[in-house]
Amino acid sequence: MQLIAVNRKLDQGPRRAVTLASFALPILLWALISYVPFLWHPQVEITQPGSVSYFSEGLLVDREIFEREYAKASDNETALPEGKPANPVYLPAPHEVAVAFVTAFTTEPQRRSEMWLHESLWSSIQVIFWGFVLSSIIGIPLGILAGTYDFFSRLFEPFIEFFRYLPAPAFGALAVAVLGIYQAPKIAIIFIGTFFQQVLVVANTTRKLDPSLLEAAQTLGAKNRSMLFRVVVPGILPDLYRDVRILLGWAWTYLIVAELIGTSSGITWFITQQARYKNFDNVFAAIIMIGILGLTIDLLLAWLGRRLFPWQKESK
Amino acid sequence: MTNSELPSYLDQSPEVKDRFDRLKQRPVTMEVKGLNKQFGDVTALKDINLKIHKREFVCVIGPSGCGKSTLIRILAGLEQASSGQVLLNGEEVTQPGPERGMVFQGYTLFPWLTVKKNIMFGLLESGYDKGTAESEAREWINLIGLTKFENSYPHQLSGGMKQRVAIARALANRPKVLLMDEPFGALDAQTRAKMQAYLLEIWKNIDVTVFFITHDLDEAVYLADRILVLKANPGEVQEIVEVPVPQPRSPDQFMDPEFLATKQHIEELIHPPAEQEEDDDHLNLVRMVHVNDDVGSVF
Repeated sequence: MQLIAVNRKLDQGPRRAVTLASFALPILLWALISYVPFLWHPQVEITQPGSVSYFSEGLLVDREIFEREYAKASDNETALPEGKPANPVYLPAPHEVAVAFVTAFTTEPQRRSEMWLHESLWSSIQVIFWGFVLSSIIGIPLGILAGTYDFFSRLFEPFIEFFRYLPAPAFGALAVAVLGIYQAPKIAIIFIGTFFQQVLVVANTTRKLDPSLLEAAQTLGAKNRSMLFRVVVPGILPDLYRDVRILLGWAWTYLIVAELIGTSSGITWFITQQARYKNFDNVFAAIIMIGILGLTIDLLLAWLGRRLFPWQKESK
Repeated sequence: MTNSELPSYLDQSPEVKDRFDRLKQRPVTMEVKGLNKQFGDVTALKDINLKIHKREFVCVIGPSGCGKSTLIRILAGLEQASSGQVLLNGEEVTQPGPERGMVFQGYTLFPWLTVKKNIMFGLLESGYDKGTAESEAREWINLIGLTKFENSYPHQLSGGMKQRVAIARALANRPKVLLMDEPFGALDAQTRAKMQAYLLEIWKNIDVTVFFITHDLDEAVYLADRILVLKANPGEVQEIVEVPVPQPRSPDQFMDPEFLATKQHIEELIHPPAEQEEDDDHLNLVRMVHVNDDVGSVF
């Protein structure tokens, strides 16, 4: 069977295998670089300092420096340093990250004011949730209005077009000044980052509704109000749902900025903090956690979407 | 068959003349008066005048670009005329309404509603309570023979079934006029024939006037009392043809002399004979035969 063919779906078996490979290949690449000593490994981890005064056990030095000191020591016939090839500290091996995945949850915070990892995660989820829900409650209706009525399109969209070019992070200081230092300004940043895009995206989706459905409804006697609630809204619902899924992904990208303002908190703050302590295994573990969380939520929403819209030929 | 073998279209027999006299004495359901439509510099429709009588079946035929779709959209109220009037039972039409049901070529069923709920849509809009609307919808579903599919969604139906639902949905509102814009254009020949028979059956039993756009000559002659022949650039009425084929119609009439004469007459109106000589289709055909011969000799 041909695996790579235009306009043809893979069978169940190969399809699963390829999906698995999509995750397995990057992990394999990572493992190769980590465990095969002659691949990359630009540094040397000192196991025996020998006669080199500034070497100590466990120190990471660039390979050229090690080779220079080694040559010097052998010329002078002093004790030779020993070491093994190593990767830089910012690239931990897969097993280290796997361990960190567990220990990150069980490690006590370094300072009393800092949070446990699960608390950080929970705080992040809350910020995203409230920012996104508030944005959707206002943004989706405005978008539908703008997409349905030219009047509202003219009224809302020019200003929103202008506003969406202002970077959300620029409002950080203002948000703190107005809303204090705790969760509120963070939610505001997610809101600002999502809302303006959301109105425009939803308006566009609404405009894409097949106009012949609107005409059919008109010839069946539908007037303004029921056109909106009985034709436009149900007609765009599956596309609207897909938009919301995509926009939720965008909301996550504003999280890192949101969590750096006011009192720092949340999963991205945890990442910044761990990077400062050079615990890159924790950094990787946390990044992967965000990925897993995002993917899980998206898969859940996709599954729910198929239940919600049985009338769709194909729901993705 | 040449012209001379067929009875001239213009020689109406007394019975046919009598039939059309009676038809024209019926009350006028819809009237188009001096209708013009401009799109910028382009004149899409020029001075269209037409009276459609109660329970009449009028077909519109013409080359592409003759403005037949624009005309039906103006009758539906989906587009505004540049000048002139459309009257329904004497009242001017300005916007879409349920008394002018419309069936589109693209079905336009609401994909999120089941068959039953699609048919209930208009009934609920005109203020029926849910129970009445539902039982009315059920009757329509039985009439169109889709009882088993009342809870199916449109994407689960074939093209012919979808169009039957669309017709029932429009008729459920009890419109005065049923406007049909090439409704069977997307269907295969077999389904189309079934749908034509089926539409005639409904029209026989229900008090409704039909205004039907098509580009299929057989379809027009088979269905219509009268055929409005339009020409393009600008879209003007070329002739209003009274179809002499007796009512009620059946597929057996396709080879009747009246049927063929009417068809030929309209054919000549749409494609004047001079135009056909310029056609170079024959040349292409000859070339294709040669190619096929070559391929044949290889094997």
